[in-house]
Amino acid sequence: MENLVYIALFAPLVSSLFAGLFGMSPRQTFVGIVSSALLFVSMSASLMLAYHVYQTGAPIYVTMKEWISMGDLFIPFGFVVDQVSVTMMGVVTVVSTVVHVYSIGYMDHDKSFNRFFSYLSAFVFSMMVLVMSDNFAGLFIGWEGVGVCSWLLIGFWYHKPDQSREENPSISPSWAANEAFIVNRIADLGMLVGIFILYWNVGSLQYSEVFAALPQLSEIILTTAALALFIGAMGKSAQFPLHTWLTDAMEGPTPVSALIHAATMVTAGVFLVIRANPLFSMTPEVSFFIAALGTFVAFFAASMALVNRDLKRIIAFSTLSQLGYMFAAAGLGAYWIALFHLGAHAFFKALLFLGAGNVMHAMHDELDIFKMGGLKKQMKWTYIYMGLASLALAGIPPLAGFFSKDAIIETAFNEGTLILWIMLVVTAGMTAFYSFRQVFLTFHGDERYKAFGIHPHEMYKFVLVALSPLAILAAIAGFFQGGFHDFVTRLLPEYQMSEHTHHLALVLGAIVLTFAVGGIALAYKKYANGLKRDEKTENGFLYKLLANQYYIPHLYEEIISKPYAMISDLMWKSVDLKIVDATVDGIAKFLYKSGDGTRKMQTGNLSNYLNWMAIGGIVLLVIAMLSAMLG
Amino acid sequence: MIGLSHYLVVSALLFSIGLMGVLRRRNLLMLFFATEVMLNAVNIAFAAISHFYNDLTGQMFAFFIIAIAASEVAVGLGILIVLYKKQGSLDLDELTTMKG
Repeated sequence: MENLVYIALFAPLVSSLFAGLFGMSPRQTFVGIVSSALLFVSMSASLMLAYHVYQTGAPIYVTMKEWISMGDLFIPFGFVVDQVSVTMMGVVTVVSTVVHVYSIGYMDHDKSFNRFFSYLSAFVFSMMVLVMSDNFAGLFIGWEGVGVCSWLLIGFWYHKPDQSREENPSISPSWAANEAFIVNRIADLGMLVGIFILYWNVGSLQYSEVFAALPQLSEIILTTAALALFIGAMGKSAQFPLHTWLTDAMEGPTPVSALIHAATMVTAGVFLVIRANPLFSMTPEVSFFIAALGTFVAFFAASMALVNRDLKRIIAFSTLSQLGYMFAAAGLGAYWIALFHLGAHAFFKALLFLGAGNVMHAMHDELDIFKMGGLKKQMKWTYIYMGLASLALAGIPPLAGFFSKDAIIETAFNEGTLILWIMLVVTAGMTAFYSFRQVFLTFHGDERYKAFGIHPHEMYKFVLVALSPLAILAAIAGFFQGGFHDFVTRLLPEYQMSEHTHHLALVLGAIVLTFAVGGIALAYKKYANGLKRDEKTENGFLYKLLANQYYIPHLYEEIISKPYAMISDLMWKSVDLKIVDATVDGIAKFLYKSGDGTRKMQTGNLSNYLNWMAIGGIVLLVIAMLSAMLG
Repeated sequence: MIGLSHYLVVSALLFSIGLMGVLRRRNLLMLFFATEVMLNAVNIAFAAISHFYNDLTGQMFAFFIIAIAASEVAVGLGILIVLYKKQGSLDLDELTTMKG
């Protein structure tokens, strides 16, 4: 079993290094194929481990080597494969294998094809370290690793110039990459503080020891640690107010958006909350804050998705919204439901993104859905995939999203938090509306793209075949709810609906379904028969507010970026140039001047030298006399 | 009665004369003589102090200095002769080839 753990973990690293060898050479298809094959190996190993853990119920602990061992500090490179991490491993490797195969087709014309695979596999390796580590230090290494890979991949087309957009002052892949990285740095500080607090009070970073020592800690320490860790989770999972980077991260290639910014990396925050569930269940205030923030973000992000015109950004907002759902579940104590939604969401959201990638490929990188329409004729399979994924996202039975999202909404009802419940139900309706607004505008109605002289074509066959596992999983994942519950609750706390909720389950489900179907019907009515622009609404205050993302990017620009730039400018001109540089230059100038001055002493005349020597001797003599006299 | 201080005054006077010679003279040979005068000024001081303290070490040191000065003169005069042959002059103002 130990070997399987290493294979699952290191196959992506080998793949990354292999592709990295060819990083500077021109596009070679075999690099993509070898990478995909290695990822497939990793996936097989992960699934075998999952089966093993499912059969025996016993987690596998592996300590590869000691890392830091001095004094009281002991941090090994240890890995744990238990019910939670094996679920994440399965999800990560399945999605990344599909994305790797997809990328062979999608990045076909890119000259940095090999480099792309190197980064993508490095990301998978970091993600595996993140989920498999058995201590907070390893988690943090993975956490930063995925951050770096995310930066590399968002900025993959770093040569593209900055563009100004209405809702954002300036946007380019390198700008977006930096934004994502910097926002994550802010949150990672919180995470580090949390880890330090735990280490300071427990003296260990191993999950098992930390969680065992929690009952002895005071409430204030627990609350601070939980809050600090959650700030880290907020950055990685792009929760308000650190959410702006996720939509801008759509500047990266679409496979990256699918893998990193939908299915895996952004769920790391949810994973952290689930992993540290003993801590969060002991701090009910923090947990409630998580649930409330999650619900707010679910609603907030869905509202922005309602009016967006950018194909990928709509899906990004939807990811944000679904992450909110996961946090709502985790905050309410239903950790296994959060994990279940995480897995189900990864499948259908990756499918949705990859479908969007097909559309982009067909439309020559055009992303405005107002310029598409009627694509279902040319792109039958993409239409089916995206339709299926949208149905799953909207929560239509019997697809995956119905089971997982419904369970979260039911949890909100069960906890008696009615406001959260109402917001989540309304959000479910909005989700259905924006998903199908997008599907109808892209695939139905009049063929608006013809005006722009674009001739869309379907994606390669092998790419479409490669997407089928995701489609199947998005369709059937929901049926494993019961088995999944039994599997993960051996590790995670049990969460059951009360008797009362159980009786109302059908009614509650029906309410959610009504909202979802209502959303789809509304979208159908408005958009299925072609785009009819409604100038009055589009110029209305609410529409503008949503289209500009509540003016939050502008706000950040005005209150953070610009003052920061001003302070930097001031410090540069007054402190750096006038104090730091002046001091250093002064020393250099003094040395030059004194050298120039004393050079005249060197006349070459021995007599002069002897005079100088005598003067020196006299000076020394005077000093000696003075010091003798003074004491 | 001639005491220690008389000897030391003579020694200091000789040393100063030698030093002035070193500083003022332009001829390398004269410079050489001046350094000899300084060495012998020190020898006088050594011998006088040695006698004053009834300690022979100082006089022994004076002998050492005489011996070393003799060998130094031998080497130094040799160099001077070579230099004179090469440059045709021993005037320091003309020997400024090391000017920086």
